[in-house]
Amino acid sequence: MIRFDDVTKTYDRTARPALDGIDLEVSRGEFVFLVGASGSGKSTFLRLVLKEDVPTSGAVHVAGKDVRRLSSWKVPHLRRQIGVVFQDFRLLPGKTVFQNVAFALQVIGRSRSSISTAVPEVLELVGLQGKGERLPHELSGGEQQRVAIARAIVNSPAILLADEPTGNLDPTTSLGITRLLERINGRGTTVVMATHDDDIVDSLRKRVVELVDGKVVRDEHQGGYLTGTIPVVPAPGTSVDHVGAGSLDVPAEAAPGGGTTS
Amino acid sequence: MRFQFILSEIAIGLRRNLSMTVSVVLVTFVSLTFVGAGALLQQQVSAMKGTWYDSVRISIFLCTQDSQSASCSGAATEANKDAIATALETPPLSDYVSEVRFESQDEAFEEFQTFADDGLSAYVTPDQLPESFRVGLVDPERFQVIQESFSGSPGVEEVVDQGEVLEPFFAVLNALTAVSLVLAGVMLVAAVLLIGTTIRLAAFNRRRETGIMRLVGASSVVLQLPFLLEGVIAVSLGAALASAALLLAVQYGVTEWLALQVTSFDYVSTTDVWVTVPFLFLGGVLLAAVASLVSLSRYLKV
Repeated sequence: MIRFDDVTKTYDRTARPALDGIDLEVSRGEFVFLVGASGSGKSTFLRLVLKEDVPTSGAVHVAGKDVRRLSSWKVPHLRRQIGVVFQDFRLLPGKTVFQNVAFALQVIGRSRSSISTAVPEVLELVGLQGKGERLPHELSGGEQQRVAIARAIVNSPAILLADEPTGNLDPTTSLGITRLLERINGRGTTVVMATHDDDIVDSLRKRVVELVDGKVVRDEHQGGYLTGTIPVVPAPGTSVDHVGAGSLDVPAEAAPGGGTTS
Repeated sequence: MRFQFILSEIAIGLRRNLSMTVSVVLVTFVSLTFVGAGALLQQQVSAMKGTWYDSVRISIFLCTQDSQSASCSGAATEANKDAIATALETPPLSDYVSEVRFESQDEAFEEFQTFADDGLSAYVTPDQLPESFRVGLVDPERFQVIQESFSGSPGVEEVVDQGEVLEPFFAVLNALTAVSLVLAGVMLVAAVLLIGTTIRLAAFNRRRETGIMRLVGASSVVLQLPFLLEGVIAVSLGAALASAALLLAVQYGVTEWLALQVTSFDYVSTTDVWVTVPFLFLGGVLLAAVASLVSLSRYLKV
């Protein structure tokens, strides 16, 4: 679904590259955590998938298309297959929940009738039924992020990118949001989630790709957040247990555990 | 749906950016008024040239018995007149001449009476007025040819180019045209820059919306058309104001005032303004579209 072939992205010729020779493939229907410190290249990775930027060298394929060869008037069609969620929600403050989600369909020219069926459906999916007429500031942070997720997936994209979607939320709410992403993944959408949140990564036991200084230092298929590249600190055991219990009911992928690639 | 959506986006944009929109309207109003004024001045020039050049332009006045001029020795003789008439009707001069009319002393006297009052005409007799050849030219600019041929000829007192009377008017009108076009040019540059700035501001004001639109895959038409149309609407309003100003100026300044003060010329009328109006709109809208597209490509990429 997403393939990076030896991708390097340099913003400033003198500085070290934001991404340095990345080779990575994300298959259809996968759930991938993208972890790493700030400045390790997570956001650049997501920007390249969206063609917000083009790689300095190497090729990025998204949904079977070479992103670099995509002409600019076809970029919107690429983006319609990708939903995006951010740490800061990015809702339109003057519009209601319903209008915020409907906006994503209006601007791509969907008919009024298809909007009026699609929006309530997706609001129910993210657990916001009955809150369509609220304004964003009347909602909690977690609910706002659910609106943002609803907006990202209302057009049924093949890929959902989440750039630290739980960065502004407390642990319990974060877990709820991650569960929601997992449920969306269960419906066939490929999910790539960039995060700092070790509890969540540890509890879900999904594929983990770790970036350090723009290089992939780890690609584990049932990874946890803590590895040799990050100083090991005692994990807050209570929360790991608490989180772990619920999330392991998803069948683990048959993959050779561990294994650092780079 | 999409059309309705774009319309509502335009309404939001115009309302949010009201002061900038008003300034774009006013600047284009002033600049297009100058453009239109320049165009109308040129139409006035050609209207005046048209009236004048269509009619006889050169008069060859012949000597009368009282003439003091060096080439005159008493009134022009029949031989003198025949020589002039023959010269005008044979090559090379006939190539330049479109029509020749001989005006006798009696005809000159009749014409004199039409513009002189009765008191004055009582002191003038036909034989005091000169006979003349009224000559029309194929190319009115070639007056020199006729003048050189007949000045100082026997029996010719004076060769007068009546077109020359108008040259100062043309000079003034051409200068006014130049001034209004220069002012129009300056104002148009201001308008283009202002449109660019307005769009930049509008794009900044709506960066949340446009950011989300880009992410969810809105096409560049949906993304940029509202901004483009906002500029076009503002400029159209400016063009409408400019057209109204020109219509009022021509109606009350020219047709109902100047034309009554100085009656000897044809003047531009509101009909000429109506001919100019579509070009003002077209030019203004093109200008806005180009300015918008340039700034959109810089500030609102897909």
